[in-house]
Amino acid sequence: MEYTLFILLLPFLSFLFLGICGKWLSHKTAGIIGTCCLAVVAILSYTAAIDYFSLPRLADGSFRPVSPFDINWLPFFNEGLQFKMGILLDPISVMMLIVISTVSLMVHIYSFGYMHGERGFQRYYAFLSLFSMSMLGLVVATNIFQMYLFWELVGVSSYLLIGFYYTSPAAIAASKKAFIVTRFADMFFLIGILIYGYYCGSFGFNFNAEGFAAGGFMLPTALVLMFIGGAGKSAMFPLHIWLPDAMEGPTPVSALIHAATMVVAGVFQVARLFPLWIEYAPDALSIVAWVGAFTAFYAAAVACAQSDIKRVLAFSTISQIAFMMVALGVCTEITTGHEHTGSLGYMASMFHLFTHAMFKALLFLGAGCIIHAVHSNEMSAMGGLRKYMPVTHITFLIACLAISGIPPFSGFFSKDEILTTCFAYSPFMGWIMTAIAGMTAFYMFRLYYGIFWGTENKELHAEHTPHEAPLSMTLPLVFLALITCVAGFIPFGHFVSADTRAYDIHLDWGVAGTSIVIAVGAIALATYIYKGERQPVAEAAAEKFAKLHRWAYKRFYMDEVYQYITHRLIFAHISKPIAWFDRHVIDGFFNFLAWGTNALGFQIRGLQSGSVQKYAFVFLLGILILLFILIL
Amino acid sequence: MIQIEYILLISAVMMFAGIFGFLTRRSTLAVLLSIELMLNSADINFAVFNRMLYPDGHEGYFFALFAIAIAAAESAIAIAIMINIYRMLKNISVDKLQKMKW
Amino acid sequence: MDSQNIMFVILAVIIVLSSIATVLTKSIIRAATYLLFVLLGTAGLYFLMGYTFLGAVQTMVYAGGIIVLYVFAILLTDGAKDQAAHKKMKDASWGVVIGLVGFLTFVFVLFKQELFKGIAALGAPTEPTGAANNSIDQIGHFMLSTGEEGYLLPFEAVSILLLACIVAGLLIARKR
Repeated sequence: MEYTLFILLLPFLSFLFLGICGKWLSHKTAGIIGTCCLAVVAILSYTAAIDYFSLPRLADGSFRPVSPFDINWLPFFNEGLQFKMGILLDPISVMMLIVISTVSLMVHIYSFGYMHGERGFQRYYAFLSLFSMSMLGLVVATNIFQMYLFWELVGVSSYLLIGFYYTSPAAIAASKKAFIVTRFADMFFLIGILIYGYYCGSFGFNFNAEGFAAGGFMLPTALVLMFIGGAGKSAMFPLHIWLPDAMEGPTPVSALIHAATMVVAGVFQVARLFPLWIEYAPDALSIVAWVGAFTAFYAAAVACAQSDIKRVLAFSTISQIAFMMVALGVCTEITTGHEHTGSLGYMASMFHLFTHAMFKALLFLGAGCIIHAVHSNEMSAMGGLRKYMPVTHITFLIACLAISGIPPFSGFFSKDEILTTCFAYSPFMGWIMTAIAGMTAFYMFRLYYGIFWGTENKELHAEHTPHEAPLSMTLPLVFLALITCVAGFIPFGHFVSADTRAYDIHLDWGVAGTSIVIAVGAIALATYIYKGERQPVAEAAAEKFAKLHRWAYKRFYMDEVYQYITHRLIFAHISKPIAWFDRHVIDGFFNFLAWGTNALGFQIRGLQSGSVQKYAFVFLLGILILLFILIL
Repeated sequence: MIQIEYILLISAVMMFAGIFGFLTRRSTLAVLLSIELMLNSADINFAVFNRMLYPDGHEGYFFALFAIAIAAAESAIAIAIMINIYRMLKNISVDKLQKMKW
Repeated sequence: MDSQNIMFVILAVIIVLSSIATVLTKSIIRAATYLLFVLLGTAGLYFLMGYTFLGAVQTMVYAGGIIVLYVFAILLTDGAKDQAAHKKMKDASWGVVIGLVGFLTFVFVLFKQELFKGIAALGAPTEPTGAANNSIDQIGHFMLSTGEEGYLLPFEAVSILLLACIVAGLLIARKR
């Protein structure tokens, strides 16, 4: 399967070409080049998936990892510790290839309509290509170091795309925030990698057991540090603060990077190292679970009070990614089978990753259509849009039903598996997650009704009548909606499971029934509160719980806490003295050196008179002195 | 036959006269004259060492010969430069030629 | 005291006095004239040593060529008016010190260190044998041969150097 190399190469070449020659190309040409490259990549990914999954299984029923390339890129000092670059195909990486190339292709097509006529159109497509390349490289990495490299590349392309509208101060601030927060987390990731490499003697995913046994306590530490890196990318509490702000970027970018692909890199990373977690750090895995659970709850609570539709979607993304984290965190074993519910979470997490990528991209792209139509992110500018935008309305509704967990849409199946695993882990966790699933349904339908029903903002709409988006934008919506409708029936467990052995998904109707009832209840509540022209209940509730509403609206003041910690504590008490030290002591020393040299130069300048006779005099004097020394 | 020391003494007088002139004269041409003195004293030394110490050899002889040729070349160039400088600056005094110094 | 010694003393006196006069005289044209005497005296020394060709070259090139060149240069510039050779005695004193100290050191080395004691033991320097009497035809032979004793390479090098000097001299001194 050597052709998988082109999956990485094509977007990279497209990035180089569009980045270097972009300004001589017309918008259309640049877009077509980028989209065609991605289309080919998508086809190659599908081919790779078909090829890979049709390979014969091993004797124990698992899939064999295939590595068409593994080049020794940077040999370190000893034999074992080498930095390789290559392509590793195994069930999760192949699954990720499909997710990334599909969503990326959809976003490329969608951007034709959304970014039409924007300044820097070619640059936008170049960055999209760069992002696709990095993300694809991340998932097919053969070792943790290559993963880290592409991880950072992903961060850079995210930074570039968030700051795409670089004339807007908010976008610049958001891009810097995203970059700095994720970099901060990546620092832990790097430390974790180094510890891992030190004790393991390799960066690969082959999990050499001898090294780990010697590592003792250090291996769980390394894993937790890597998880912090993943938490930064996947916006887990308290490193989530960058993601809502990242919505300053173009909406298709939010769909691709900040909903479907990049933000699940943390989940993917934990899944990639899952055998290690299970084997050597089962206790630390509960950290993942509880961080995820808290994040899920926090984000869902905040999402209920936001008024900017992209912010709502951003918090819902955080919440859903937290679901995946929880699913991984509650795993207790790796052996797959019907009696082994402890390993179900892995499959559930990957399944949810897959379905979520599709329906969340759909939601974001739908939101993009809406923003395109009304030129605002605020819900107050919307309302009653179902008449104007039927396609967007239907697809958005499908996505909302999917994320709420209503059968037969894909979200129901994956979320149900997660809940089953949580109940198996502890009933407490199960009920928490079920409640959060209910909250999800509530805020999603609050959003839905706020956009498509409710009070129409007549003045605004009279001024500029909302209209359905062009075909290039609706086509991806329809395609993703179709996937959302059918993805739940994919026998996902046959392809991806904790130990890659086939597993039949079967619904636990007790759990499923409960969650359906709760979801329907939450939707009904949202319908009751938000569907009408006026919303007396919502206003009353907001008034009654004014403080709570305010706190949720302000995201529980997390940004302010960060501001306080960074500005008041770190900047004022650590950075400022260091800066002073740097300016005055270190710079002062070098300034003194320069000043001293200068002064000395002025002093001895007289010797360098330029008069040959003086030079000759000194020269002869030297000879005489030497002569005396020789004689005496 | 004359003793080697006496001839060396004469060349030494020439050499140190040349050094003195080189160090003290202000006119560039006078400095060049002093250089000729020093070169000449070196030539004498070559010839005299050859003649007195290795009468059958001829290395010093040829060295002196070539040195004369080179001295001629050197002074021709130097004088050309001096004339050019004089044309431009109307002066060839050592301590006045400071135009290209800084 | 044979005639050689008498000749040597005469030449020595001429050379010593003239070279000192060269650097002490105030008029630069006089300095050139004194230098002429020094160079002629040197040529005389060469003759005295039996190096007639070298003496002839010295006379022709130095006395006949270079000094004439200098005189022309002095006349072309304002060198003739250069009366302020020793305006500052302070500067000159350093030259005197260096010159005298150096000369005395040299004399000390020459006579006290007995550099040539071994050579003195060899007896009086012999006359050159027939094979190396440096007659003109021999010199010509050496100049243009490439063997162990040949000087063709330096000869050619000097030729090129002189050519370069002619061209450079023309180039530098020409009127722009």
